[in-house]
Amino acid sequence: MENNFIVSVNPHVYGKRNTTGVMLDVIIALLPAVVASVVLFGARAAMVIGVCVVSCVIFEYLFTLICKRPVSVGDLSAVVTGILLALNIPSTIPLWQAVVGSFIAIVVVKCLFGGIGRNFANPAITARVVMLIAFTGTMTDIVFPVQKVDTVATATPLSALPMGGVEAVDASLLDMFLGVRGGALGETSAAALLLGFVYLLVRGIITWHTPVVFIGTVFLGSLAITGDVTTALYYTLSGGLFIGAIFMATDYVTSPSTPWGKVVFGLGCGIITLLIRFYGSYPEGVSFSILFMNILNPYIEKWTMRKPLGGVKA
Amino acid sequence: MSIFGIRGVHVPHHKHTEKLAAVRMPIPKTVVIPMSMHIGAPAKPIVNVGDTVGVGQLIAEAGGFISSPVHASVSGTVKKIDSVTGSNGSPMTVIAIESDGEMRPYEGITPPTVTNYDEFVAAVRASGIVGLGGAGFPTFVKLSVKDLSKVSEVILNGAECEPYITSDTRTMIDRADDIFEGIKLLEKYLGVKKVIIGIEDNKPEAIAKMKELSAKDSAIEVKSLPASYPQGGEKVLIFNTTGKVVPEGKLPLDVGSIVMNVTTLACIAEYCRTGMPLVEKCCTVDGSAVAEPKNVIVPIGTSMRDVFEFCGGFKEEPKKVIYGGPMMGIAVPNLDQPIMKNTNAILAFNAKDAEDPEETPCIHCGNCINHCPMRLNPPAIGTALAHKDYAALADLKVNLCMECGACVFVCPARRLIVQRHKLAKQELRAYQAKLAEEKKKAEEANK
Repeated sequence: MENNFIVSVNPHVYGKRNTTGVMLDVIIALLPAVVASVVLFGARAAMVIGVCVVSCVIFEYLFTLICKRPVSVGDLSAVVTGILLALNIPSTIPLWQAVVGSFIAIVVVKCLFGGIGRNFANPAITARVVMLIAFTGTMTDIVFPVQKVDTVATATPLSALPMGGVEAVDASLLDMFLGVRGGALGETSAAALLLGFVYLLVRGIITWHTPVVFIGTVFLGSLAITGDVTTALYYTLSGGLFIGAIFMATDYVTSPSTPWGKVVFGLGCGIITLLIRFYGSYPEGVSFSILFMNILNPYIEKWTMRKPLGGVKA
Repeated sequence: MSIFGIRGVHVPHHKHTEKLAAVRMPIPKTVVIPMSMHIGAPAKPIVNVGDTVGVGQLIAEAGGFISSPVHASVSGTVKKIDSVTGSNGSPMTVIAIESDGEMRPYEGITPPTVTNYDEFVAAVRASGIVGLGGAGFPTFVKLSVKDLSKVSEVILNGAECEPYITSDTRTMIDRADDIFEGIKLLEKYLGVKKVIIGIEDNKPEAIAKMKELSAKDSAIEVKSLPASYPQGGEKVLIFNTTGKVVPEGKLPLDVGSIVMNVTTLACIAEYCRTGMPLVEKCCTVDGSAVAEPKNVIVPIGTSMRDVFEFCGGFKEEPKKVIYGGPMMGIAVPNLDQPIMKNTNAILAFNAKDAEDPEETPCIHCGNCINHCPMRLNPPAIGTALAHKDYAALADLKVNLCMECGACVFVCPARRLIVQRHKLAKQELRAYQAKLAEEKKKAEEANK
């Protein structure tokens, strides 16, 4: 028994949470949005989520197998990517397109760059942007929740707002908050997404900085541009702002680590979203803004890193 | 702390032994006393094999300015003066003494004559006392101040932020009078006007006891600090009690602070009163493999084996045994390792607690960055090390890392950050030494 002691460098105790635990918490935080999407868009939503999750996991598994890398699907990060991607696409998407999106997210954006922790941009966001350009027709298909089947509306709130203002939107503010409006299957219910946000905060997975600054910037900017609180609220609750700000802009790998960095990141996302929404040709800019800030992230990280305590200039 | 401030690391406390006053263990058959129980030059043996020694007798004198004398911890016969492999893997000289079972004090023990500052520092030097919080820096060096008017306060470190360890807690509760006596000595001979005692708020009994002292002397201020690791790190403690930042490459004294562990001060007071040098140490014995966790007063040089045996042996097979706490403790290969001056705990863990988890890829969660007490950037340091980019390593101030392990504790990917920082510091030092040498050569060539 004597010389069997393990000799290792300190520390000899570790916190309870590992990467899988982090991912599991994110999945739990996404559950309200998943449930809301099925309630709002029916069984088809569940189908899309299932296809995305399964194909993401299979693609990652196959990639690691073919490239003879350690199998990493156990860390659940592919599941998170699958759910996030699904929540960002319309429920009517042809399933093969969902599979293509999963391939782009997992293989092109994540695995080819070295797997978890090495992707330069958020896989789900990038895949969504690629799909938006590749499958513009099906990706911009206006789908309404089952609660609104009798409506003959022709636009999502974001495309209606610039044309006819608040009256043109076929949803009350409460509808907007609960998610009874047209849009991608998981982005519409701010209520469900906020539940997930609170869970992530309580569990200490993310901090408030990026989501609050991002959403706050969009609200205040919309208010400044339109001059009307109700319109600004509609803008804030439209599109993919909540899911983007809470779940995508807070992605560890592609966003800054320090509190100030997160503030800068959120501010940048908010400003770009506003620019695209009000002055660009696309109705929605959340995905583009996050993707753009992902690319700027290394610089933000560098500029906002704290100075070592007592460090003297070399 | 502001909303943009540092979050401390909340390590599980495991202070199972905090209610247990220290008990004296039976006299060991032999003690093996290392000559290197402090930072600095090893002490030089002055006894020979076969000599008879008494408790407290000088057996090795200081080997340089930054060094400390060593005394016999039992009475008996010197059996061996030998070189063995120390817990850090490098050889160290040890003196083995076979106990005669009598614990007969050395005849020459008399309280030192202390009437002024110089005599006080000389007494602390002769006592063999080193930083007992774990660092083992010779205490008299800390007290050797050129200009006493520059000392604005003495900070007594009672934080004891490491899990499991309660030996300082017990000192504050059971030896409060010694601490108070020590403070009086500092006031008298160093002219100290302000004494801050910093204690983590998970030790209410110790705080209450120290507050009693502060009622006796208006110079004493007891500061209850949040129990957040590494509160007891020297620079962290100075920052959290006074707001002062010790600059890179400078000592606490440069900002007017002297930081001293509470047990160190209690031992100084005891020495000045009795003349008995540092020959025994209170250690916390704990960990999941130990049958009866205890606080034990151990003669220095006693083997870990004897101490664990006194604590009822092991209830489970130990898989990892460490000196000190689990955050910064040093793992040892076997139970032959001796209790040293700066040993404040020995812990033995069962198989479940001994396993180190496997390292997985960094997910850039930022936990290490946001929890580093020195505000370093471990992922960037890791990258610079991998690229052997020494300019970047110097810029990232890896040399400020105190290896507290807070980063690893909060890392979900179980990254080997402390290992990387140790290696980075070593490689950076070697690189800078090489640069300096090349520069010197170039200058000589120019002459």
